[in-house]
Amino acid sequence: MKRRTFLQGTLAAGVAGLAVSAGLLTPRMVMAEGGGAFDAKTLDDALKAMALTPEESKDITIKAPEIAENGAVVPVEITTTIADAKEISILVENNPTPLAATFILGEGATAGASTRIKMGKTSNVVALVKAGDKAYSAKQEVKVTIGGCGG
Amino acid sequence: MSSIKLKAKVEGDTVEVKALITHPMETGQRKDKKTGELVPAHWIKEIIVSAGDKTVMTANWGASVSKNPYLAFNYKGKAGDKIKLSWTDSKGEKDSAEADAA
Repeated sequence: MKRRTFLQGTLAAGVAGLAVSAGLLTPRMVMAEGGGAFDAKTLDDALKAMALTPEESKDITIKAPEIAENGAVVPVEITTTIADAKEISILVENNPTPLAATFILGEGATAGASTRIKMGKTSNVVALVKAGDKAYSAKQEVKVTIGGCGG
Repeated sequence: MSSIKLKAKVEGDTVEVKALITHPMETGQRKDKKTGELVPAHWIKEIIVSAGDKTVMTANWGASVSKNPYLAFNYKGKAGDKIKLSWTDSKGEKDSAEADAA
């Protein structure tokens, strides 16, 4: 909870605060905890917390519906042909906390994962692939007719 | 009863692992309709899947994974591999399940 309050504080403090928070959240902390990036409130902050600056790639495939009738259950499958892919993350740009999931590929795992996510409203779904010391991304818009974050 | 349904199906030299977990996956942002109070956050943070003594997948999740989450992936393996999946949630609760690849 402390970190969450801290993050909100720095968000309010503006750009200078953001730079500080990004500096404080080292990649190692993110790897160990998974907490910092998962608490980030915007796509940019999540990327900063993960210490990634991805470049767009055509070698990532996002399988998600163009229109999701029920935002509470949106099936998403990410696959990639990028060599040495180590991590696959799913982010939803317009969700209150964009980072939904990170899959760390173990020994022998094929570069892909599928799951189901919640989406509050129509948004880009961003797939992030970490390979070596580089990161790649792709995105697809999913239109949501009934949001999945209401009561 | 276990909270996990785990299946591992062999196709050629790959094994497809599919799991369904019973879990509320509360974001902490949803209001209870009756009381109007926020439902406390409660979600699965980490899932580790191993085949024999190898870890084949580690998943770190946020609260925006759907209720009763689903996970599927493939790895290079063979029939008879002992698959074990275990999860830990934000309250420190845990569960695990095992299945043989077939």
